[in-house]
Amino acid sequence: MSIRTRLLVIAGLIALSVYFLVPRTITVRERDPQSGVMLDRTEKRVPLKLGLDLQGGMHLALELDQSKQVSADPKRDLDLALTVLRKRIDEFGVTEPLIQKVGDSRIVVELAGITEPARAKAIVQRSAFLEFRITDKTGALEKALPAMDRALRSLGIKGDTGTAGKPSAVEQLLGGDTAKKAATPDSAKADTAGATGGAILGSLIQSSGGASGSNMPGEFIVPETAFPRVDSLINLPTVARQLPRGVTLRWASAPTSVGVQSVRFLYALEDKPIITGSSLEDASAQLDPLTNGPVVTFQLDRAGGRKFGDETGKHVGDYMAILLDGRVQGRPPVIQSRISRNGQITLGNKTLQEAQDLALTLKAGALPIPLKIVEERQVGASLGSDSIRDGLTAGLVGTLLVILIMVGYYRVSGVLAVVGLALYILFTVGGLSMVEATLTLPGLAGIVLSIGIAVDANVLIFERIREELQHGKTVRLSVDEGFKHAMNAIIDSNVSTVLTALFLFQFGTGPVKGFAVTLIMGIIASMITAVFVTRTFFNIWLDRRPAMSTLSI
Amino acid sequence: MTRFFAHANYDFIRLRHYAYAVTGVLVIPGLLFLLAVGLNYSIEFTGGTLVQVQSKAPVDVGALRGRLDKQGIHGAEIQNYGGVNEFVIRARVVKPGTDANDTQATSAEVTRALDAVLGAGTYNILRVEAVGPKVGGELRQKAFLAIVLSFFAVLAYLAYRFEWRFGLAAVIATAHDILATIAFISVMRLEVSLTVVAAVLSMVGYSLNDTIIIFDRVRENLRKHKKEGFADILNRSINETLPRSVLTHGTTLCTLLALTIFGGEVIRPFALVMFFGVFTGTFSSIYIAAPVLMAIERRWPGPAARGHLAAPAAKPAAGGRKTAEVG
Repeated sequence: MSIRTRLLVIAGLIALSVYFLVPRTITVRERDPQSGVMLDRTEKRVPLKLGLDLQGGMHLALELDQSKQVSADPKRDLDLALTVLRKRIDEFGVTEPLIQKVGDSRIVVELAGITEPARAKAIVQRSAFLEFRITDKTGALEKALPAMDRALRSLGIKGDTGTAGKPSAVEQLLGGDTAKKAATPDSAKADTAGATGGAILGSLIQSSGGASGSNMPGEFIVPETAFPRVDSLINLPTVARQLPRGVTLRWASAPTSVGVQSVRFLYALEDKPIITGSSLEDASAQLDPLTNGPVVTFQLDRAGGRKFGDETGKHVGDYMAILLDGRVQGRPPVIQSRISRNGQITLGNKTLQEAQDLALTLKAGALPIPLKIVEERQVGASLGSDSIRDGLTAGLVGTLLVILIMVGYYRVSGVLAVVGLALYILFTVGGLSMVEATLTLPGLAGIVLSIGIAVDANVLIFERIREELQHGKTVRLSVDEGFKHAMNAIIDSNVSTVLTALFLFQFGTGPVKGFAVTLIMGIIASMITAVFVTRTFFNIWLDRRPAMSTLSI
Repeated sequence: MTRFFAHANYDFIRLRHYAYAVTGVLVIPGLLFLLAVGLNYSIEFTGGTLVQVQSKAPVDVGALRGRLDKQGIHGAEIQNYGGVNEFVIRARVVKPGTDANDTQATSAEVTRALDAVLGAGTYNILRVEAVGPKVGGELRQKAFLAIVLSFFAVLAYLAYRFEWRFGLAAVIATAHDILATIAFISVMRLEVSLTVVAAVLSMVGYSLNDTIIIFDRVRENLRKHKKEGFADILNRSINETLPRSVLTHGTTLCTLLALTIFGGEVIRPFALVMFFGVFTGTFSSIYIAAPVLMAIERRWPGPAARGHLAAPAAKPAAGGRKTAEVG
């Protein structure tokens, strides 16, 4: 290959690398924090992607949470969850989110640069299962309460304040829940507050009619302090069995103040929902002009609207509970007349933003099975920029030291190697940008480390040239032989490094994958610079000084 | 021109028994320490919760630990990390097999404790990692598998490029490096994180690289110097590649030094492990890989080494011992 062609190839490689590193305009879709409207914004930046550990952000690995609800078809449910999450995060407005399935049972969500991790987590995890149910009119719970208490007594649970009902006794019965209960500071209080006389649940659960003057059937009041205990007691299988078929108990989502007391409403509801969120077509958050509290208004699709209309038409005068993920939202309103496609959910003391998030999740659809977070990584943006700064400092210092050694030891040839090193760094970073690799913190360290290792190819060649010179060969011949003989060693050692890097890539998660990619890219770039670029420099040098009898090496 | 070790002619092979003693004295206690104390796995591998916090004022670590204890998080590690008033709290999963969401609950509890002890708004959470024990277990398995598989891949490549004798010797040297490095990690109480595993694998690559450079020269010299004994060939090859080794290790150590000092807290363990790896890698290339190759060639002579083995090694001491081994 003539020097001219060689130079053209090098110029081409430089141009290519530079092209991939020129800042370009990128359209970013973001949600405006004030209005909640999605806005497109353009910004200029280098197309090299930064990992979460460098730019800050959140990484979540999610799995189906089958502890409460078993999935009949986990594969299908996971795919379904993936679609739902995509929709939700799209609405949430994160720049370039990554949502993908990993293996058969896991979804990975990566949100770069988010500032409200808690919100994002809630949006990802919320099941958003919406249903509408009529409150029970048959007085099922009132009738079942004595039988429930009997069942409890036969289990050895007593309601006496002084002797029995100590947390330990109760919690033993609660089995696997023990640890969780112990961590709840309310549980001890609940035991003392809620235990009087022989009736256990009977004394804790009261019809709301007396206390709050409501005449809603199926609504009960439990003191907030007793809520955790009652919740665990009514879920005991022998107790739950006392309730007639077709009726289920559901709690209100938040406590309510009645007078000075904080209470929790408990509802007996018809088992069969009249409609679920799957019929939802649209949802949006608004402020209720009357109460100034946030509400979520929704619209059902055509078929859903028809069904909803029929059902509500049948139940005029009844109370309809709106449940989200199994909790009753607000107090069930009375059905005044047939409702068709539009409705609203009152949220009580929540912020408008929470309402917006709820609307978002409702619109995106419910998760078939709740998801649990099996892995979470969160890095603040400031830590990320610190890491970049540290990495760059280390890189700069390391490079300077390497330059000193190379030029000090190899003189003019060392200068050629340093020029090669500069091109090496350019090619590596440009190459990373080209294959759209993500630069992570270990990756950055990998680049710094590889600067030290990259000169190895040059060192091998230079040492070989020196040996040939020592054997009394001419400069030209020594250079040729040096490059030729060093080749084998360079290729073998680089291939084995690439092999280990490939395994690293295979097994690694985000940051380590980034490291493997930079390692591989670095090796490719170092081969190109040492074998091709530096060779070209030598050729030019030798051509200019054909009579040179000593080589500055 | 300055040239380090230009005419080096050290008898490395003769000194190998001293080298075995050195590595034995250093590595075996290290491995015993490893067996006794074990490795300090990061929460990525054990499962658990890590919260890195930067506070505005100095932190009463005792109070924070007490508070965490009261909230049911026992045995949390609180450690200064990075700058002033920066620290990490590590709560490992105590009960294996507990629900993964517990790590979520833990991070919420940690935040509560911080609010109580430091006061809300007086601190910044810089980083949170919460890993379920199942994920951690999988990761451990994967890391182990990656190291083992890369081993075999390299063996296969070397067998293809050289011949199996060279490959086997290189892999034995690498095994030595891995053991030595793990012992080092254990003794230094470095936290075994994914980054450290990455460092171990890079160290493997680097050390192999070094071995290959010497073996490449051995192969060449076997062809060139038909009359020389195998030990002399090895010595010659090591000496000839010595200037290269000094230079390359020098530049690599320079960048590692820069990483250790300036690279920040997350990178430091990586740099330290690689730092150690450069030394053990150099050592093993000369004192494990080369002598093992010699032993293998004596037991199962290959075509390349034939003729070199017949001639006794120039140094009678080395040759005598070797013959004894073969017999």
